[in-house]
Amino acid sequence: MKATAARRWTGALRSPLGITAAVLLAAVVLLAVVAPLIWSGRADAVQSAEILQGPSSAHPVGTDLLGRDILARVLVATRLSVGLALLATAIGVTAGLLLGTANVLLGRWIGRWVGTLINIAVAFPSLLLALFFAVIFGVGAKGAVLAIGFATAPGFARLTQTMAATVSGRDFIAAARVAGIGRMRILVRHVLPNIAEPLIVSATMAAGSALLAFASLSFLGLGVQAPSYDWGRLLGEGLAQIYVHPAGALAAGVAVVLAAMAFNLSGEAVARAIGLRSAQTGRRTEHTYEPPPADPEPDGPDQPLLAVENLHVTFPAAGGPVTPVRGVSLSVRRGEAIGIVGESGSGKSLTALAIAQLIEHPGRVRAERLEFLGTDLREKADHRRLLGTSLSMVFQDPMTSLNPTQRVGRQLAEVVREHQGADRRTAWRRAVDRLAAVRIPSAERRAKQLPHEFSGGMRQRAMIGMGVMANPQLIIADEPTTALDVTVQRQVLQLIANIRAAERVGLLFISHDVTVVGQVCERVLVMYAGRIVEDLPTDALLHDARHPYTRALVAAVPDMTTDRNAPLAVIPGRPPDPHDLPAGCPYAPRCLLATDRCRREDPALTTYAIGRRVACWHADQAPAAIPDNRTTVPDDDKTDDPIAAPLGGERP
Amino acid sequence: MKVATVTDGPWARFGMRRAGRLVLSVWVLVTAAFLMIHVLPGDPVRAALGPTAPLSLIEQRREALGFNDPLWLQYLNYLRKLLTGDMGVSMTSGLPVQEVISARLGSTIQMALLAFALAVVVSVPLGLLMAVLARDSRRRGGDWALTSAGVVVATIPEFLMAVGLVFVFSVQLGWFPVAGRSGPDSYVLPVLALAIGPAFMLARIVRVELLAVLQTDYIRTARAKRLRAGAIYLRHALPNALTATLTLGGLLLGSLVAGTVLIENIFAWPGLGGTIVQSILAKDYPTVQGVVLVYGIGVLLINLVVDVALAVLDPRSAIRES
Repeated sequence: MKATAARRWTGALRSPLGITAAVLLAAVVLLAVVAPLIWSGRADAVQSAEILQGPSSAHPVGTDLLGRDILARVLVATRLSVGLALLATAIGVTAGLLLGTANVLLGRWIGRWVGTLINIAVAFPSLLLALFFAVIFGVGAKGAVLAIGFATAPGFARLTQTMAATVSGRDFIAAARVAGIGRMRILVRHVLPNIAEPLIVSATMAAGSALLAFASLSFLGLGVQAPSYDWGRLLGEGLAQIYVHPAGALAAGVAVVLAAMAFNLSGEAVARAIGLRSAQTGRRTEHTYEPPPADPEPDGPDQPLLAVENLHVTFPAAGGPVTPVRGVSLSVRRGEAIGIVGESGSGKSLTALAIAQLIEHPGRVRAERLEFLGTDLREKADHRRLLGTSLSMVFQDPMTSLNPTQRVGRQLAEVVREHQGADRRTAWRRAVDRLAAVRIPSAERRAKQLPHEFSGGMRQRAMIGMGVMANPQLIIADEPTTALDVTVQRQVLQLIANIRAAERVGLLFISHDVTVVGQVCERVLVMYAGRIVEDLPTDALLHDARHPYTRALVAAVPDMTTDRNAPLAVIPGRPPDPHDLPAGCPYAPRCLLATDRCRREDPALTTYAIGRRVACWHADQAPAAIPDNRTTVPDDDKTDDPIAAPLGGERP
Repeated sequence: MKVATVTDGPWARFGMRRAGRLVLSVWVLVTAAFLMIHVLPGDPVRAALGPTAPLSLIEQRREALGFNDPLWLQYLNYLRKLLTGDMGVSMTSGLPVQEVISARLGSTIQMALLAFALAVVVSVPLGLLMAVLARDSRRRGGDWALTSAGVVVATIPEFLMAVGLVFVFSVQLGWFPVAGRSGPDSYVLPVLALAIGPAFMLARIVRVELLAVLQTDYIRTARAKRLRAGAIYLRHALPNALTATLTLGGLLLGSLVAGTVLIENIFAWPGLGGTIVQSILAKDYPTVQGVVLVYGIGVLLINLVVDVALAVLDPRSAIRES
């Protein structure tokens, strides 16, 4: 524990930021110690013959009103400037710690009042607080130290308070309290050590701010008084002569900035090293579907809506690129509903995003064929209009997929305004109409609301309404019912089925739930480790699946006859890590049928009957011969059939 | 429609809470301003009149200022006078403090608002540009350069910025006057000095917030709608990034008010900043008290405006709080 902490702290030194910070800080400290010893004679030597001289070899930045060497004065002032700032910081940190832990030290009731006062004090900028305290403590170095210290305290108190509150909530503090350990002891022994690192970081940064604040006060004449001098005072004196002799003001200014930066950078470097602030860059990405427009070709009669061959999605990663989607081929015809099932991480959502051209920058999409309505999406043309009107996405998690700051109706209307040039009124009417079509009650009023005023089910339905704003030919629905409870789920599935029946829309339905897919789709594609391992009609799913994985997925669904005393069926093992795929069939490690061949050679997806494909060396074995891979005893006399029970009602 | 939402439960509760907090803060502020004089070590009247003042004069002045009354009576009198707009009499000029303040408050507000407006006007497009550059792998160098420049510039405090600007633009180039408030060109340097740091700071916040928003699901939804990049950035991402920007912007406006104190002293600007420093040095406590009160109330009002603006922009924040 100690060792790792030490390593993290020394780790701060290894980054360029850390080295810069350490060098600057060391220089500041060194100057503070030695400069007065070496240069104070020069700094105080009044030479009336050399008043206000410009830079020369004798005086690198010139002389002041009394002929004193400015560089020497700036260097000598390091000790007083830094020392006073550190003193003020120490006062501020101590006062802040005491105030911030008042909750623990003095009990909840007093703690609350202190908290209220802190909240009020924090609202005021620290320079105003410092001016206020400067009045109380009087003009001069001592007053300024106290003033800046007390001005620093509220911010530090707030920080301590917030962090102590999180620590105090933890179990070990509660345990210590139950054990009757005193408040002071809990604070010193248990609370403070746990929040020490972030506090040290902010104390370092506070020292930088104190340095600047001190320079401000001295500059205004409220801090260090003559004949003493710190950087702020030198700056003030220099500003008066800035026309005659600008270097005087600038030298002190540079010193203040460098020293403050030394403290700030040190704090920043340590903070990064101990992981307080990760570099906030985010995923840097941009998509590439801009260039010139091309009209979509009219689709032939027997052409599929969507044809995908050998689709790959690759992401760069630390140990070399990973390919979570490896050679997916599928096609969707007009009015057809295809389901993709698989565990999370099987690549099904990425497949959907890749088809919709929504994979962002570091990710790369390759395919031998990627055609939508006869247009090759791999071409670097502008498919915006085509995709915007004819293909729509319905995302999972309606809580986060709608823009929280825009009215729902406007978010729907936007689709037709953007692509079909509808005017505001027409677009709005259509949005209201679509909301009503997805059975949002009082759609006119609801359209004016923000997403957070909708229930989860309503948001999902609004999302679907958005999907049908522009008469799409293909809807890609990615887990559209996952976040919903069962009743709402049923309604949403019904809605999707109705839309599909009414408009002859193609549907690519992605779900981890084999039951749901069975309710909506005619065909099911089962994905495992980035590949399709089985392609079969929904009817065959229950009793005629050939791949052991499909069988296991189906068997893992509990139904009315499942013995509720038995543990819930699961597929033992885990899906393989895409960074480290096993040789041979990726399912082999979890498969009861696996033989040496399975572990050696990866089976290809092959057609074994009309409209049925499977990737398994043992697919020729009769389904009944495939042992059930469940951990519980299989229940053979199933009477209810959850998968075949149609919801949509228009399945062939 | 508007009325209905305002009288709604959560909004009423938000209003009550916010008003309660404001009243409490003002009371704390007023009490602190009152106590400021009374916890001073020594006798403020003697300090103001100087060590050579005759005892009879000090006693006379103490009596006139009510310093001989019991503390609670002085406090009540102070509150009563404040309510009628009476802030006492300056010990140096003999003028009523409220007159001194009202003569100078305008130019301070003017400078602060100009600087804030400039900072906002510059920072939003700048932050947007940085975010766009950061997301474009080919032009990430531009983002890096702007971000680093921003970090350096934001570390330089406004009074040093002012000195630097004076050096370059007044001393070297002679484009703008060094000090004072005369024509429009006398505004340029003070407002710039005050605005540059906050502008870069705000731009960094806009950038970070935008990059975070661009990762969200609803931006993916917007991309799935195939909106133009401009519409995604401006219509969907920016409004969601502004909430946090506004919160921090409000804090920045508060510290900008504090920055005016320094800037006014550097540029000999006829505002409250000059007044407060001179009266602290002259130990003119009634004036100090009055100016502190005005600055404090200004900051509280700014915070109030920010909170209300936040609640309007993002109603969830108001509702969550109450």
